[in-house]
Amino acid sequence: MALLLKGGRVVDPAAGVDGVLDVLVENGVIAGVGEDLEAPGAEVVDCAEKVLLPGLADIHVHLREPGQEYKETIASGTRAAAHGGFTAVACMPNTAPVCDSGSTVRFVIERAEETGVVRVYPIGAVTAGQAGEQLAEVGDMVAEGAVAFSDDGHGIQSAGMTRVAMDYIKRFDVPLIAHCEDESLAGGGVVNEGAVSTRMGLPGIPAEAEETMVARDIALAELTGCRLHLAHLSTAGSLELVRRAKARGVAVTCEVTPHHLFLDEDSLVTYDTDLKMNPPLRTPADREAMVEGLLDGTVDCIATDHAPHAVHEKELEFELAPNGTTGLETALSLVNTHLVATGKLDWAGVCRVMCHNPRSAANLPEMRLEAGFPADITVVDPEARVDVTPGWFVSRSRNSAFTGASLLGRASDVLVGGSWVVRKGKVVV
Amino acid sequence: MLSNRHIMTMDDLTSNEVTLILDTAESLAEVNQRRIKKVPTLRGRTIVNLFFEPSTRTRTSFEIAAKRLSADGINFTASASATAKGETLRDTARTLAAMSCDLVVVRHKYAGAPQMLAEVMDCSVINGGDGIHQHPTQALLDLYTMRQSLGRLEGLRVGIVGDVCHSRVAGSLVPALRMMGATPVIIGPPTLMPARPDVLGAEVCYDLDEVLPTLDVAYLLRVQFERATRMPFPSNREYAMLYGMNADRLAAMPSHAIVMHPGPMNRGVEISADVADSPRSVILGQVESGVAVRMAAMYLLLGGAESGAAA
Ligand SMILES: [Zn+2]
Repeated sequence: MALLLKGGRVVDPAAGVDGVLDVLVENGVIAGVGEDLEAPGAEVVDCAEKVLLPGLADIHVHLREPGQEYKETIASGTRAAAHGGFTAVACMPNTAPVCDSGSTVRFVIERAEETGVVRVYPIGAVTAGQAGEQLAEVGDMVAEGAVAFSDDGHGIQSAGMTRVAMDYIKRFDVPLIAHCEDESLAGGGVVNEGAVSTRMGLPGIPAEAEETMVARDIALAELTGCRLHLAHLSTAGSLELVRRAKARGVAVTCEVTPHHLFLDEDSLVTYDTDLKMNPPLRTPADREAMVEGLLDGTVDCIATDHAPHAVHEKELEFELAPNGTTGLETALSLVNTHLVATGKLDWAGVCRVMCHNPRSAANLPEMRLEAGFPADITVVDPEARVDVTPGWFVSRSRNSAFTGASLLGRASDVLVGGSWVVRKGKVVV
Repeated sequence: MLSNRHIMTMDDLTSNEVTLILDTAESLAEVNQRRIKKVPTLRGRTIVNLFFEPSTRTRTSFEIAAKRLSADGINFTASASATAKGETLRDTARTLAAMSCDLVVVRHKYAGAPQMLAEVMDCSVINGGDGIHQHPTQALLDLYTMRQSLGRLEGLRVGIVGDVCHSRVAGSLVPALRMMGATPVIIGPPTLMPARPDVLGAEVCYDLDEVLPTLDVAYLLRVQFERATRMPFPSNREYAMLYGMNADRLAAMPSHAIVMHPGPMNRGVEISADVADSPRSVILGQVESGVAVRMAAMYLLLGGAESGAAA
């Protein structure tokens, strides 16, 4: 069974292509990329006015299964991923039970094979139960297929524990993904500490709660030689630390979420709990620094930190509501609206920050629009209008910080391993 | 009449409206001196006191205010455990909305809760104190007390001393004073200051003795040990030494200056007993003004002249 995607703009800097080309898919694999390809008997798909990218990857999502299936499941979360144009996700281990053993890693992989529609790569916990006290069985989890390790949800508070973890993990050549937050500084904070926390009477989290741990973890990565990926950075100061570390040649990568790129604390005035997240929305100057860092390469990739929560959980008082916003379904449209359509980022840049860099940062297999690679392809309609309404989401949860936005561009069609998972903007599996 | 349907924060009021509330309170205060302390102004209107946080003092003040205006007052003491039972704040608001009341007074442990209620309900909402955010009727009664004691608000220099960062009283008093042409100065150790006092419009000073001679009012805040995540100063003894109001400090203030406190007091910490009970303390006057100011706020929110004369 063959598929011929005709006349789209095919962009992939890793494959060295950017032009109006055809892509031939045979048996789930890319068979050729070129001009005026012929394939008798193949299904022909007109891709005029569309942009074809190698399948996008989101390396920071919370799929909530096992344990919190009322928020999201591997089935619903991977459909949300497909809806947003992603063909692969790496999922964080803060499930119930915590994904801190080979058997739980195995469960996630098997469940994804049974019910998922995009590729799922489990991230294992660094410490048992993510309690920050005792190493989890990292080797067993690697053997079962964990791609990286993280105690995301919390920073590892003890520097000594972090050092042991980095020293141990480095022999598997997998990255430690750090959630940087010194809880003794963050205290009971729920928003960025500053003008907004003062005006709204909400306890604040200083930027330094993040930055001191970013500095610590960079120092420990240098000491141990462990690969370090910094999750959801949110402050200008954190990026400056990364910039300097990269200049010294430290093996550090980092990600920024769409909400930290496109929202700041000034939007918080209504106490809307869908805007409550950790790290919190920061100042407009921090937001601008995030965009600048993304454009100058300090930020390696965009990751959504997709964090689904049920309506009744988010309908609480701001201080009591759980942290997080969903993100899988709006990320690509936001990037197109704010960065591509405005001429700040080209499609090759989108490939870098949403496909190649995230995959290399989190140890996911490479994808290219090149013969011999699996046919994981995201077809973008850059002119499509997306009105973000609660009914538009495919995720089981609706806690999006971008509800009400009118965005430009979306994934119109998505192939995973040569099979359609999205057609004309609708999930079809 | 007020231009806004709610009194959520001081931002909901203009300086003209603040003056209107204070003037109205003055005429209503007369009712409180009568033998029969009741006028028919809000007869038939329903006012709900929705308290998620125990506060006998504030709740009683609102309750008396509603009764004196002949409104039907209902006390709804929602325990914080409603959430634990699975009922959210919005559920509570929807339930109350279905009972069609005219005004809800909300006291809540967390900032923003009154705003969430107002989004769900059709009636007016008065923020009776939310978290460490605002407590606008407290600020109004403080302005009332200052105006009564000192004859004016404009040009006053008001020192707000102590636990500013945990104080919803300071959160609304600072902008209220600015609005009325007075100068708020917040005084205390840096560990008890908000992150950005400038956005509230306050001057900051760490040395109480330095500013005392320039103040018309020393407004002492209760140290809220229960809200601090860690002890913000070495000891109560040292706090009293640096920031506690005592007879010596009172003597250092201008002779017309007054001492205020929103209560309840930690005697011996932020205020010594002799100052609390001195003739220059107007702390009991604040409590008394509270009823009249809350009557005025309710009266003006619920249509004012439409429902009859003020007194
Ligand atoms: Zn995190």
